[in-house]
Amino acid sequence: MNAWKLMVFVLCLLPLGYLGLGIYEEDLGPNPVEYLTHETGIWALRLLLLTLAITPLRRFTGWRRPVMLRRMLGLFSFFYACLHLLIWLWLDRELIWSGMFDDVLKRPYITVGFIAFLILSALAATSNSFSMQRLGRRWKRLHRFAYAAAALGILHYLWLVKADLLHPMIYMVVFLLLMGLRLPGLPERKPMPFRRKVVS
Amino acid sequence: MIIKPASKIRSSEITDQKIWRQRRQLIKAAAAGSGLLLTGMSGLAEALYRGPGKLQSIPDVRDTDYGEDLKPTAYRHITSYNNFYELGYGKRAPAENADSLKPRPWTVKVSGECEKPAVLDMEDILKIDQEERVYRFRCVEAWAMVVPWVGFPLGDFLKGFQPTSRAKYVEFTTLYDPKQMPGQKRKVLDWPYREGLRMDEAMHPLAFMATGLYGEQLPAQNGAPLRLVVPWKYGFKSIKSIVSIRFTQEMPANTWRRIAGDEYGFYANVNPRVPHPRWSQKRHRVLGRGLFGSKEDTQLFNGYAEEVAGLYKGMDLRKNF
Repeated sequence: MNAWKLMVFVLCLLPLGYLGLGIYEEDLGPNPVEYLTHETGIWALRLLLLTLAITPLRRFTGWRRPVMLRRMLGLFSFFYACLHLLIWLWLDRELIWSGMFDDVLKRPYITVGFIAFLILSALAATSNSFSMQRLGRRWKRLHRFAYAAAALGILHYLWLVKADLLHPMIYMVVFLLLMGLRLPGLPERKPMPFRRKVVS
Repeated sequence: MIIKPASKIRSSEITDQKIWRQRRQLIKAAAAGSGLLLTGMSGLAEALYRGPGKLQSIPDVRDTDYGEDLKPTAYRHITSYNNFYELGYGKRAPAENADSLKPRPWTVKVSGECEKPAVLDMEDILKIDQEERVYRFRCVEAWAMVVPWVGFPLGDFLKGFQPTSRAKYVEFTTLYDPKQMPGQKRKVLDWPYREGLRMDEAMHPLAFMATGLYGEQLPAQNGAPLRLVVPWKYGFKSIKSIVSIRFTQEMPANTWRRIAGDEYGFYANVNPRVPHPRWSQKRHRVLGRGLFGSKEDTQLFNGYAEEVAGLYKGMDLRKNF
């Protein structure tokens, strides 16, 4: 693992460390379950949007290095989404399966969140060289579902909020911007070549 | 739980004021002391900040046995987890913006279908006999706490204005002043916040006007200087920072019902059998109990069914939610 990857790996673990510390110090406020649910959910969304920012970044700067980090960012997004779901199932729904299925079926914000999670699971499961080779061109098509996952994730957030839509709207705008930057016909920079390390 | 109307409590049962004060002081001292022992000197600032002791205490508060079997949620939790959009939209925002609200001077206008409309000064309202009641508080978002309120019964207070026979409802309004209430700068709700009760609900002995919390004046985030408390209804009925009370013939259009009538009704009675589109109301989380085991079953009328069920006899609580 090179230095870049290591750095991003550590950065992606920081929210987890912060939450872990909060649990240890019992300092997560009056409603720690809600706090943990919200924080893990929002980090899943942030990392997913960051993942989706990498292609436009390369397109407009020609900088290619972040592309190497994309898989890791996507997998971290899935990791936080897993924690989000786990905390909800375990600490909020108390592993009462009937109630959980009721929620998934009856409450639209949970339905779309759950679909987003299923999409991320499929993407995470195929985030390896073996799947890439096996799926060939279909791999790319499959992984475009990351857009749908992000859109559903934001819808999930939007529907969950009672009245103040400011925060989910900010995520929505960022998402739409990232989608807009993918439109064909925008000016692009030529990809920079990777500088190879000189091995003496 | 046995709840006796205040009038039925024998004077012998009322703790002597002096003893009550001493008891409070003992409790406070014990809490501060153990805090110090546990956390060392740095704990002092913490203890002062986190417990009551920041605001003026309310003198001569009469102890009652309302909710004496309940364990009150910690002051720091009650005051740091609030839905009060007038002071900000996150749960912590109202506490953070609390300083912008000035609860003095403060007047409350009482008007509408009554013989004796009036404009009351907050200082005069505080001259009414103040008592402490510990009530369960249940939010429609499926969380709950136990709050030791200080205040007075709403019904006795309202009777003083001699509502006429045309008064079928009573409407309450929150202060509208974006300078003091920064949340009102954005039109997230249809300001000012309004709530209402049917007359018989307002006259029920459990309906309460709170002026304080934990023996002290209400913090801004909890609705200073005067708020309603209706313990058998979801929290949004318990309107904060009241400036107007009006007796009406028509059912008042309460704020949340106006913006989402299919989700929030007029009655807003706590009812585990009537789900909200986003929250199953079968269980709720009691704040301050940590990560595990903080949930419990929600009771019909938040556990006050014995007292209030009669108000809704023959009504379909699914329709009249």
